[in-house]
Amino acid sequence: MSDVSTALHDPLEEVAASQRRHGAAAWAWWLLRRLGLAVLTLWLVSVLVFLATATLGDPIRAILGRDYNSNPGRVQQLEELLGSDQSVVSRYLDWAGGLLTGDLGTSLASTRPVGELISGSVTNSAVLVALSALVMIPLAFGVAMISAHYRRRRPDTVIQTILLAIAGLPEFVIGVLLIALLATTVFKVFPAVTISSPTGHPWDNPEAMVLPTLTLVLWVAPYVSRIVRASLLEVIDSDYVELARLKGIPENVVMRKHALLNAIVPGIQVVALQLAFLAGGVVVVETLFSYPGIGLQLVDAVRNHDVPVVQALSMIIAGVYVVVNLVADLLSILLTPRARTAISS
Amino acid sequence: MSTDAPAPAEPSTFRKALRQKRFSVGLAITLLLVAFVIVAPYVAPFGENEVAGPPFSKDGTLGTDYLGQDVLSRVMYGGREILVIALFGTLLGMVLGIAIGIVAAYAGGWWDEVIMRLNDVVLSFPQILLALVVLTAIEQPSALILIVLVGVSHAPRVARLARGVALGLVSRDFVIAAEALGEKRSRVILAEVLPNMNAPLLAEGGLRLTYSIGLVGSLGFLGFSTNPGAANWGQMIQENRLALATQPWAVLAPVIIIAIFAIGTNLMADGIAQVAQRGEN
Amino acid sequence: MTATQAPGEGGKVGGLVVEDLGVMLTGKDVDVVDDIDLVLRPGEVIGLVGESGSGKTTVGTSLLGYARAGAVISSGKVLLEERDVLSMHWKEMRQVRGEEIAYVPQDPASALNPSIRIGKQLVELLQLRGIGTSESRLQGARDGLAEVGLPHDDEFLSRYAHQLSGGQVQRVALAMAFLPKPKVLVLDEPTTGLDVTTQAMVLSTMAQLCRTHGVSALYVTHDLAVVANIADRVAVMYAGQIVELGPKDAMFSNPSHPYTRALLDSIPHLSQARALTGIPGRTPAPGARPGGCRFNDRCSYAVDACRSDVPPLAPVAENHDVRCIRAGEIGRWDISLGTVPDADPDRARDVILSVDGLSVFYGRKQVVHDVTFDLAKSEVVALVGESGSGKTTISRSVGGLHKDWTGTISFDGQPLAHGARKRSAIDRKRLQYIFQNPYLSLNPRLTIEQIVKRPMELFGIAKGKEATDRVVELLDQVALGPRMLRYQASRLSGGERQRVAIARALAAEPDVIICDEITSALDVSVQGSIVELLEGLRTTRGISMLFVTHNLALVRSIAARVEILQQGRVVESGPVVDVMDHPREDYTRTLLDNSPRID
Repeated sequence: MSDVSTALHDPLEEVAASQRRHGAAAWAWWLLRRLGLAVLTLWLVSVLVFLATATLGDPIRAILGRDYNSNPGRVQQLEELLGSDQSVVSRYLDWAGGLLTGDLGTSLASTRPVGELISGSVTNSAVLVALSALVMIPLAFGVAMISAHYRRRRPDTVIQTILLAIAGLPEFVIGVLLIALLATTVFKVFPAVTISSPTGHPWDNPEAMVLPTLTLVLWVAPYVSRIVRASLLEVIDSDYVELARLKGIPENVVMRKHALLNAIVPGIQVVALQLAFLAGGVVVVETLFSYPGIGLQLVDAVRNHDVPVVQALSMIIAGVYVVVNLVADLLSILLTPRARTAISS
Repeated sequence: MSTDAPAPAEPSTFRKALRQKRFSVGLAITLLLVAFVIVAPYVAPFGENEVAGPPFSKDGTLGTDYLGQDVLSRVMYGGREILVIALFGTLLGMVLGIAIGIVAAYAGGWWDEVIMRLNDVVLSFPQILLALVVLTAIEQPSALILIVLVGVSHAPRVARLARGVALGLVSRDFVIAAEALGEKRSRVILAEVLPNMNAPLLAEGGLRLTYSIGLVGSLGFLGFSTNPGAANWGQMIQENRLALATQPWAVLAPVIIIAIFAIGTNLMADGIAQVAQRGEN
Repeated sequence: MTATQAPGEGGKVGGLVVEDLGVMLTGKDVDVVDDIDLVLRPGEVIGLVGESGSGKTTVGTSLLGYARAGAVISSGKVLLEERDVLSMHWKEMRQVRGEEIAYVPQDPASALNPSIRIGKQLVELLQLRGIGTSESRLQGARDGLAEVGLPHDDEFLSRYAHQLSGGQVQRVALAMAFLPKPKVLVLDEPTTGLDVTTQAMVLSTMAQLCRTHGVSALYVTHDLAVVANIADRVAVMYAGQIVELGPKDAMFSNPSHPYTRALLDSIPHLSQARALTGIPGRTPAPGARPGGCRFNDRCSYAVDACRSDVPPLAPVAENHDVRCIRAGEIGRWDISLGTVPDADPDRARDVILSVDGLSVFYGRKQVVHDVTFDLAKSEVVALVGESGSGKTTISRSVGGLHKDWTGTISFDGQPLAHGARKRSAIDRKRLQYIFQNPYLSLNPRLTIEQIVKRPMELFGIAKGKEATDRVVELLDQVALGPRMLRYQASRLSGGERQRVAIARALAAEPDVIICDEITSALDVSVQGSIVELLEGLRTTRGISMLFVTHNLALVRSIAARVEILQQGRVVESGPVVDVMDHPREDYTRTLLDNSPRID
């Protein structure tokens, strides 16, 4: 018996010894590595954006259309702005160097600095996305919890059917239906378009924020809610929830302490993904409601073939995705003991 | 369970899906809509660009649009572009994505790392943004360009799923058994790995088709379509939306038909997903 | 803390009485278990034994008034000190759970919450019920851990489940169950998957705790040998009913139900080689059980009356009940009935496969150190060890599934290349590998015919109609009918799947088969029939086998030579008789002493 127990202590010592010794250093190293990967991704994103906008077609020909042959002076002016006489590599380096120093280039359409042009709309869009997220997250989690509570019974099936129907709808469909319902055809409660003075902000008129926000919320919440419900149910079926019940732990404590904690991590992942989704969704929603954000500006810039503006805005949207993902990764690791201890040991 | 009584023969994914109400309903909706898109132009009361009355009037079943064209006829003509581009774009995205995902999972190690890292780069663009960035430099997109854009924007998302599913399979003993017998790598992928992925991949395909419809519709709505004069559901919304209060059908008709289409494909996808999930347990 | 409670002190009657318990599938008129009568006396351990599908776990959780999703307790009483647990209000029932009847789960690694520190999980129930102060609860947790032989410092209490080894997790679960001082304990296969030394440790801890605290325990398991070591009484379950119930000694000296006897016949012994046999057919699922006696379709003693009449559980001796109408007629049973001579240690050996100085690496980590052994024609060599001993790693390297090794592996005197892809087709054909888990090793999308035919096509042995004929022949040899040809693997039971895997290996007409724990995922009666099959193949075809296992008793019945492995090294090797009867090394002795045995 005695030699058995000594044999058993071996693996234990192994776990204990390596733990915590290099905790801080290991975390720093992990963070550094993860940041490095994010920077690498951003760099590749910039290459992709530049190649797609600058080499796939001839933006100058696209901008001028029929004027291309009749207006050589304008062609030359645009070529200078884009640096068309230089090689692709040096143009990229110029542009990327500018990005790093905060110089986003000059708009082809308005010949104003891009940074000045977009700063206002970046704020507007950030407010819209943040507001939508703020409404969406509690709503989606709440609906998921109600649904999981009634699993496979009537309320659950009804909720799931509705969510499934909404989940497939494109954002402009949701937006138009909301406008028809709440702004024009049926009820006339909220304004259908955002009108703000050039100096003011769209939220100066809070009523006008309702429909764009609601559209974005309805667009992503069903998906989030369905995923959270699924991971909740998976946890509820787990052995440790069964043991907690067999131990005699009251049901509400089982849910709160044993189930929710473990179901929240997949929730974080999907919320992060959907925040990035929102960043794309603003393109269509802002156009629909004429909301003065980066989406509206991006569509205008694409229509005008205004290459520098498109480049700057796509870098911002892709950057949001990379950062949100990084934060979500960090949060899930912090909330998953297994992953957490794996790093520090 | 080792103790089950002799089970009935394993039916195909499609048969199992058919038993699901949501799948059969979704399939019926989708097939009806496809039939409508194909047949409707031949029975439309007016031509695609034929003026039927004054702009935004109540003439005809659903009234007229901003140029006085018949809305019903425009809806009947307007599904072709969405259908073709969404379908082929989805197909392209699936094929690309599955190939990338399986190769990454099967090759493993360093290759896997590099492939998935590059995949992440494309993933960091919301799908519509990827399309817009490319369209910046192009004067008038052709159908082929739109198909490629839709396909390429799907591919990394499909690849991520395909890799996840394949990773669960390549470490299974039956794949290792085939390796030990010395089967060719291509045969291992095609005969051992791929057939076991069809349920989750079909579900993903249905979901991707749903998103394709939204994506192509959105591009049309933003004014990017192959032919500005042709009828196109997405574009119709854009053209007529200022008259939503006075002539709502000019906007609502295309919106509703896109909604039905998307709901149909999404129901179908979810039906298959349920089957796929059950297969795992 | 210890021995403050004398047995039976807690209540008037003490123990637990189960009367006519039945569990059904929800919404269907199908019994999962029925007609269960059982008495747990204070301080007594009852072993509830059954193969998969017998309903033993269902009975276990029913004692806590709990049925898994999809099932519902439909009848009967569970009396705890004359109070019926099943008819209690749910609030009262919850109070009983944990405090009076505690449960130790099957797989504690997944039954402990992954994101709550074990110290907190240990005291959670006491805290919720407001028992003691936070200091006294903490002290209780420390004492509990000490009692099960675990460290009890703050560092250990602040660990998560994944930071413990398998044996530690199991002992934490035991400590957690004992902490509220319950009167009854339900243990659901708590040592499944543990190494024999760890298992012995956990079992003795459990037995000791039951004795000191006067706790009655229901020990649910599939392993008769474990029961033989710890139980006072044994209940054998088959197809949802108890078929035999009696004192441990009577059960092993005079088993009276044909099923119990067949089960015992399929179990290998440590002391002597046996010709193992299986039970034909498979355990019927709920809803597909035959009328009359449920064992009648697999029973060699069955007569017409067995098919028409449902036998009652009737006494054959004092305290010994059997559910068989022929219990008095089928004669006595003798434990040494299946005994055969051990493999002859002096038999001439003609070496076909030799492993010389094998070291295996996973990345930078070396897991196997300088292992040397060989395998002769028509011989079975067993690689035995606990988890982490490197036994499977060695077999995978020999089979070409793992490439990162040094040393020499020669086949008929020719060195083998490292990975299977580098080996010649002849080498790959002559050396076949059978995997542990038949649920993972057959492609679920292919038919049995396609699976078994493939090696023939690949190695050019046969094709088309000829190959199909050979498949039928092979299936016949592994005791599967030709109707299996068109089946997909998902329709087969575990034992049938493993037979198909053996048929696939045979299809290549190999000289050596590597069997990697091929019976450990199967029920013991199925294991018996697989071993019977392999023994037949060895003698008729002269195939050599490298048999990887953790089960020393099984080694005695199947192998001629054995290599005992510990942490990647061979610690002892030789003919099975010599090693097992006269072990030279302490480690071998420890393994032998800790292996549960019924002989």
